[in-house]
Parts: sequence; C-alpha cells; structure tokens
Amino acid sequence: MKKTLILTTALTGMAFAASAQEVTVMSWGGAYTKSQVEAYHKPFTAETGIKVNSVDADNPATPIKAQVEAGNITVDVADIELADAVRLCDEGLLEVIDHSALPAAPDGTPATEDFLPAGMVSDCAVPSIVWSTVVAYNTNNVSGTPTTLADFFDTTTFPGKRGARKDPTALLEMALIADGVPADQVYDTLGTDAGVDRAFAKLDTIKSDIVWWEAGAQPPQLLADGEVVMTTAYNGRIFNAQVTEGQPFDIIWDGQILDFDLFVIPKGAPNKEEALKFISYATDTQRLADQAAWISYGPARKSSAPLVGLFNDGKTEMGPHMPTAPENLKTALANDFEFWADRKVELTERFNAWLLQ
Amino acid sequence: MALPIYASPLERLWHYVYLVLCGLIFFFLIAPILVIIPLSFNAEPYFTFTQKMLTFDSEGYSTRWYENLLTFGMLEPGAARDNSWWSDVWQNAAWVKAAKNSVIIGFFSTILATSLGTLAALGLSRPEMPYQKAIMAILISPMIVPIIITATGLFFFYSATGLANSYLGVVLAHATLGIPFVIITVTATLAGFDRSLLRASANLGAGPVRTFFKVQLPLITPGVVSGALFAFVTSFDEVVVVLFIGSHEQQTIPRQMWNGIREQISPSILAVATLLVIISIALLTTVELLRRRSERLRGMSPT
Amino acid sequence: MADTAADMQTDIAGALRTPDGRPLKQALAQAERRARIRAFLLVLPLLAFVLLTFIIPIGQMLSRSVLNDTFSANMPALTQWFSENPDAEPDESAFEALVTDLRAAKEARTQGAVGTRINYEVPGTRSLFTSTARRVDGLEPPYREAVLDVDNGWERRDLWAAMRSAAKPVTLNFYQAAVDRKITPEGEFARADEQNRIYVTLFTRTFVLSIVITGLCLILGFPVAHLLAVLPMRKASLLLILVLLPFWTSLLVRTTSWMVLLQGQGVINNTLVGLGILGDDNRLAMMYNQTGTIIAMTHILLPFMILPLYSVMKTIPPSYARAARSLGATSWTTFRRIYVPQTVPGIGAGAILVFILAVGYYITPALVGGATGTLISNQIAFHMLSSLNWSLAAALAAMLLAAVLVLYWVYDRIVGIDNMKLG
Repeated sequence: MKKTLILTTALTGMAFAASAQEVTVMSWGGAYTKSQVEAYHKPFTAETGIKVNSVDADNPATPIKAQVEAGNITVDVADIELADAVRLCDEGLLEVIDHSALPAAPDGTPATEDFLPAGMVSDCAVPSIVWSTVVAYNTNNVSGTPTTLADFFDTTTFPGKRGARKDPTALLEMALIADGVPADQVYDTLGTDAGVDRAFAKLDTIKSDIVWWEAGAQPPQLLADGEVVMTTAYNGRIFNAQVTEGQPFDIIWDGQILDFDLFVIPKGAPNKEEALKFISYATDTQRLADQAAWISYGPARKSSAPLVGLFNDGKTEMGPHMPTAPENLKTALANDFEFWADRKVELTERFNAWLLQ
Repeated sequence: MALPIYASPLERLWHYVYLVLCGLIFFFLIAPILVIIPLSFNAEPYFTFTQKMLTFDSEGYSTRWYENLLTFGMLEPGAARDNSWWSDVWQNAAWVKAAKNSVIIGFFSTILATSLGTLAALGLSRPEMPYQKAIMAILISPMIVPIIITATGLFFFYSATGLANSYLGVVLAHATLGIPFVIITVTATLAGFDRSLLRASANLGAGPVRTFFKVQLPLITPGVVSGALFAFVTSFDEVVVVLFIGSHEQQTIPRQMWNGIREQISPSILAVATLLVIISIALLTTVELLRRRSERLRGMSPT
Repeated sequence: MADTAADMQTDIAGALRTPDGRPLKQALAQAERRARIRAFLLVLPLLAFVLLTFIIPIGQMLSRSVLNDTFSANMPALTQWFSENPDAEPDESAFEALVTDLRAAKEARTQGAVGTRINYEVPGTRSLFTSTARRVDGLEPPYREAVLDVDNGWERRDLWAAMRSAAKPVTLNFYQAAVDRKITPEGEFARADEQNRIYVTLFTRTFVLSIVITGLCLILGFPVAHLLAVLPMRKASLLLILVLLPFWTSLLVRTTSWMVLLQGQGVINNTLVGLGILGDDNRLAMMYNQTGTIIAMTHILLPFMILPLYSVMKTIPPSYARAARSLGATSWTTFRRIYVPQTVPGIGAGAILVFILAVGYYITPALVGGATGTLISNQIAFHMLSSLNWSLAAALAAMLLAAVLVLYWVYDRIVGIDNMKLG
C-alpha cells in the first residue's frame, strides 16, 4: 500500500512539476550540448536558481516548428542554424527578441555592434557561435592524405565508404566546389535548375558509397568504428574526438561551409521570461568565450575573441582549430542564409526523392 | 524423435542433416541475444571480442560500462561513494531516471490495461455477448495497426487535448497498446474454463460477485497475470509512441536507448541490453510457471 | 386479474408461465436480453477506452489527408477569385487578389506556409511566394506586370492550376502525391517526374521486403516448429524457451545485437577476417542496407511464425503419415502430400501475422536500414517529424492502414482473431 502511495505521488508530482522556475533548452546533442551545459547551463543555474533542462535533437529547427504548428510547445530556447532562424522567423514561428536589450561588451560597446554583423540579420535570433561543416578522415584507414573536397568524391584514389549528413545543406555546395565551381559562384549556380542537377550528378558518383548520418555525434563514431573512412562533420565534434579521445582524425579545411548557430524562442514558449534571461546570460562576452574552451566553435561576439585561450585540458591552444582561423578560411564558403531560407524546403524534397531512387 | 527402423540410409542421412539445420536455426534465434552479454563486460570500447577476452584474461573484462550507467548524468560522479553519492545517483543519473520512468509508466498502464481488459474478456467470453467478433477485432487492433500510425494519431489528438508531454498521456497510450495482449491471454484462459462451475456456485447460493471472486478469478488468475506481464513488457519496450507524445520528462529506458543507439553504441548500451535480457528471462520463467500452474488447475497435466 | 381474451389464447397455445405469472417465453427473452446487456456492459468500459484513445485519434489524423485549408485560410481574396471564375485564365483581377493576399500574408507571416503548401504540388515554387512577399509593398498597379516583373515564374500555368486546386479545403491532392501523380502545366494529372517518383517505389519495396522476410521466416520456422511438435513434451518445452526468449526480449535489444554483429568492424566481419575467409579490405556490407533490414527483421519476427506453426503441428496425429508410408509412399511423398497440407492453417496464420507486422515496421529499418533498407513507415515518420508535410503523411498512413486492415480481415477469415495465441 505504501509503495502504491509513493508511486502515485511520484506520478502526480511529476505531471505537475512544471511550476518550479525552469527553462528547457534544445540543442544538437553530444560534445556540443556538453560545451553548452558546462559554459552556460551550470553557471546560469548557480547564479539565478533557474533549472535548465537540456534536450537533444538532430536539428532543433524541425521539432520546434512541429511543436508550434501542433500547438504543443515544450521547448523554451532552441539552438538553430541561421537559414532556419530566418525562415522560421518569416513564418511567424518565433518570438521577436530585442537585440538592444542584450548585455553590452565589457568595454561598453553595445550588443548590436559587438555581435558579428552577419549573424544579426534576424530579429528573432541571437547568434552564439560560428561553426562549419568540414570533411574529416581517419588517418589510420585512408591510404594517402586527402587535401581537397574533390578527394572526398574520389573513391578511386581514396577507396572506402563516405559519411554524409542526410540533408542537402552544405552537401550540395560541397558537391559543386568539388566539381570545380569557384566558391563565389556556388550559390548562383545552385540557383539554377542546371546547377542543382549538376550537384546531384556529382553526388551520384559516390551515392552507393555513402553512409548517411543525422545526429552530429554520429560522424566521429562512424570514423572511429571504421564504418567510413571520410565523412562530412561539424568541425567541433571532430576536434573533440581528436583531443579528448585521442582519435587519429584529421580535418580537410578546403571548402569548409561556415554557418552561425543562434538562440531562438519558439512562439508560445511556456517559460518565455526565463528563456530571455537565459539567452542574454549565455550570449554575454565571457560565456561565449568560455564555451570555446569546450569545443572548437568561434564566439559570435567580437569582444569574446581575445578571451579565448586553451581547451579545458589546459594545454591545447584553441586558435588554430577554430573555423575562423585565417589558415582555415582560405577557401571557406559562408552559408548563404537567404538562399537556404527560400529554397531549403524545395531542395530537401528533391534530395529525399533522390535518396530513395 | 526416433527414426523408424525401416528408414533407408538416405533418410538417416537426411534426418541428421535436418537435426543440424534445426540446431543452426536455434543458434540463429538465440546467439544474437547472448552475444551482447560478454561484450558488455569488455574493458575496451569495442564491439568485438578482444584478444584478451578470448584468452579469458581478467584484464580484458571490466564492469566499467555498468558503472557508467550509474554515473552518466550525475552531478558529482567523482565524489566519495557515501550516502550522498548514492542519492545523487538516484536523483540525477540519466539511466536511473529512465528506469524509474519506465517502471512508473509500465506499472500504471499495466494496471489500467489488465483491469479493463480482464473485465472485457469476461464479457467477450460469455456465449450471449452480442457483436462478439466485431468488438474483438476492434479491441485487438492496437496490436495490428502499424505503430507509426498509432503514434501520429496520438500525437495530434494529445496535442489538441493537452495530454501530450504528460505521464498520464503516455500511461493511457501504453495501456491501449497492452490491451490486446490482456484480451488474448485472458480469453484463451476463459475458453478452457468450465462454465458449469458457475452454475454449481449459483446453486449453492453464491451471488455473481462472490462466484467471481471465489470460483472464477482463482482459476483464471494465471491467465490474468501473464496478460499483465505481456502488457508490462509492451510498455517497458515501447519507444515510438513515447518519442512522439512524451517530452524529456518522460524519458524511458527504450527512449534513452534509442538516443544512445543513434548517436553511438557505447558498450553502456550493451550493459543496459544485458540487464534487459536478464529481466526478460525472469519474466519468461514467470509466465512459463504460470502457464503450467494454469494447466494443472484445469486438470491438463503436462508430461 | 384481468383475464383478457388474448391471455386466454396464449394459455390455450400451451405457453407456460413463471411463478409470478409472466409467460415463460417472454421471461426467457427478457432474461436473455438482460444477460446480453450484462455481457456488453462488461466490455463497454474497455470499448469506450479504445474508441477514445485509439480509434478516434487515428480517424482524426487520417482526416488530415483530405482536409487542408492552409491556402484557403491564408489567401482569401484569391480563393474567392477562383470560386467566382471557375474556368478563367488568371487576369489582372486575379493578380490584384494575389497581391492583396500576399500583403496580408506578409503581415501575418504566413507566406512561407502558403508557399510550402503549393510547393507540394509544383516543386520549386515556394521561393516565389517568399521572395514576392518580401517585395510586395512596393508593387503598383497594373499588378500583373508588376508581379511578373518580380518573378516571371508567376506565369506558370501549373502553378495556377495548383493554386486553384489547393484553394479547395477538401482535396485528394495528397493521395495523388502518394501515388506519384502531379499537376501538369496544362492543369491535368500525370505521372510525376522521374526524380520525384518515390512512393510507389517505396510501397513496392515495403511489400517485396515483407514477402521476402515472411518467406525466410517460413523456411526457418517450419523445420523448427516440426521438431518441437514431434519431440516429447518435456524436451520440446525446453527448446521452446529458445523461441520464447527472443520473443520476450526488447526489440531495441535485439536490434542493437544485430548492429553489433553486422557492423563493418562488428563480430561477424571480424570473425571472418580473423579466420582468413575475408580480406581486411573486403569486409561485407551487411548494415545500412536491405541486407541489414532483412536479417534483423527475420530474426525478430521468426517467433511469430514458429508459435502458430507449432500449435497446429502439435495436433497433427502421426498415424496419417505412418498409414501413408505403409501404403507405399516414399518419405518425401508422405511429407508433401500428407503432412504439409495438414499444416496449412498454421502456415496461413504465421505468414499473415508476420507479413502484417513486417509491413508496418519502423524501428529496426530506421536503425539498420540505411537509405535502401527503409520502409514506408520510415517515410511516414519522415513527413511527420522532418518535412512536416502532415497531410501527405496522413495519406500514406491511410494507404498503409488500408492494406493492413485487408490483411487483418483475411487473417480473421482464415484463422479467426479469437484463435490468436501468444506463447
């Protein structure tokens, strides 16, 4: 009897426990979420007493869109890509955030000028990091040293399975670059039907060798398990596997696709107040710099850059591992958010049809 | 099965080939379940038998992945293992939380499915029940309808009614999924029930309620309990519906496993899997014992 | 006592009466009715529960496959124009309605939703709506030229045909999409472009793989069930545990085991390489493809074949086979002509059950199937969770459900739902 009583109280207690101050943050899982938990969530809870629930998704933009459209919102803050932020904001699925209310830099520069301007294009989102999609390989399993994006598509010289994200973003750009399109013409080319066909034709050449991944934690695992020899990946995940697990991975910086991650609040979030508090706390100068000590993503505030130093192991210099390091930027391509905000739905549909053929 | 004495040499040969084939099929059935047990004790984060494991070197084995089940998600995993460490495990460890959720959800959905299901089975097995076949078909359908269709249906319905992301919603959904199993096992037991016992009881002056509790229930209890176990396992193993209608609050063991498998199958997953195999062995044993007891009660003796 | 003539007549007819004076026939009918009601009342709570938490939600979800008011709710002026001009080509008034609607849509931030809706019918048109809405404030009459100036994609006849059909809130468009049909520039329905034809392929693949899996289960299950049926009870129930244990083991656990076994660096490949049968470079690709789906699902569904086969084979008396042998039949003929026909009910029950379960499988193909080994359920999940084309997901679900219900009906005809057994 006593047991039943405990279980009943537990059940009802948990069903209505949402009254305590808390905020639910949805992010990308694995090493990236861990960096956010360490740099944002833990100090935020310590300082404000607001509990942070961390939830993972393959791409948080999708579940929050579904939640808002179904009228069943459980997430207060989500970490999403720039093109998705612009698109969801256009569709009225996000709360507007007043950028001028964000904390200023330590030297007094207002937030609106401190953040990298390229990340401030949406009035529904606050940028936190700069990251990139890269090609990485396992040095133990690849014969020779691949150096360019074209090598990713060259299964004769570098035999073995390839890993790729089950999503057209970044992949279509990479296919075109590998096919010889100069970086500055990639989006013009993709804007035409012929350009899209060309990208898919390039992908066709390795289609049967591709193992598709969805969660950002998968590519390092695929590389480590030897399921693939080369894969597209988020650069920070590869770095963490290299440094913390000592994996023999290397990154091909050629043709990396740069993007922002931003914090947004889904329209109708249950704890909007706490969400706003969380976002202004997490994107202040010090917090963004702290985050870079846990994973190799660049802070989106100019004032944070000088504060970035060593990885949390106390010896690895973060600078050269950042996607924004001058050495890595030579052939980089910045993700065109307007292009993807407009065309993502169409191209994803085409991509999925292509996958199933 | 002995060969008849008139079997020809060819038939003898075939007979042995057949036995070997059956042996291989049994191996196919059982080996995948057993293979993960030793691998969960692997000292290395690999899914293959390392040299040390094959030579039974004790260094090749470790319980670190089981420990990982306790420490993963804890606030202070490195602290001294005193009472506060254990209360940290109890409150924060992700797998412990998931286990608690699974047990709570499984318990309540089983109670709901078993009570409603047994009651309905009593009605369904009465000869005078109207529309017996059609109603049975409806009640069994949650087992037949593809789970993805059930999950999407519940997603919209629960979102609209506010049941989504609550324990109550998941309990109701799991009860629905468990009901067919209760109906099937209890009606099967009732089919072997001698209805003249009811008349005998009534003749001796017992009312219907007393007859039920004193005569019928004791005889069908084994069927009810195995139905309940089926319902519990259904809930305990269910992931798709939880993914669709539950929030992070309702993280259950299968959901935690699903996340883990998709990101990386660390041997921790194998440790959970091993524990689940042990649980299923225990449940299977219980059901088998119950079945035999039921047969004995009904006077069919297994030889 | 008002003895009327009618009562007299029934008495004359020989009807008996109960002690309280009612005709026995009537009393019996009443008792019977009461018993029926009592039986029904026992079932009622559960029936109501299942209707409320299962049948109604699924019905509601399926209604999304024909109901979609995204366009008519957000583009009222154009919707009205379509209903007032049932056959007309888009003229200046149509473009004026379009601009009015886009202005309102931009204000309400719904142009993306509308564009997405039309994009389902005519791929590549969503950006027309979003980019035109962004510039709609600067547009001046004449609107036709102004809009075409922004993007001459607005001239496309298939676009207008799609908008006209999307303006009706009740639509069969999603079923057409689910069988790979599209609207042509002439506004007619035709097969979709090759690059967009996927659902028929996927349904075919689902059914073919399910048939293969059912066949494999039958081939593997038949000998085992036969062995269990002819062994003495005690030995048989020991061996039966080997069948029941997988049945009771978590689906995720079994799928995990197969991932561990089938991986490139998994147990099977490593063993083969270790034994020198395979080179290190030619490891077998058994996962993230159809092979993985087939192997894992066959293992998972095998008990559902063995158990019904076993329960039928148990009841086959060995005397028939002995009689056939003594009449001169060879063992093969005996097996083929005498034994197998008697097992047909078991084969039917097992095969239909396995097939029904296989057609709707989701978890296992999602984890081990890769791109080529996924089934229709995975595509439904994709439209539910990723592309958020819920109407298409509902249409695909309705088609899958229809197939499953037909099989369920066949199962009921052949086996009887009340004969379903678990272990």
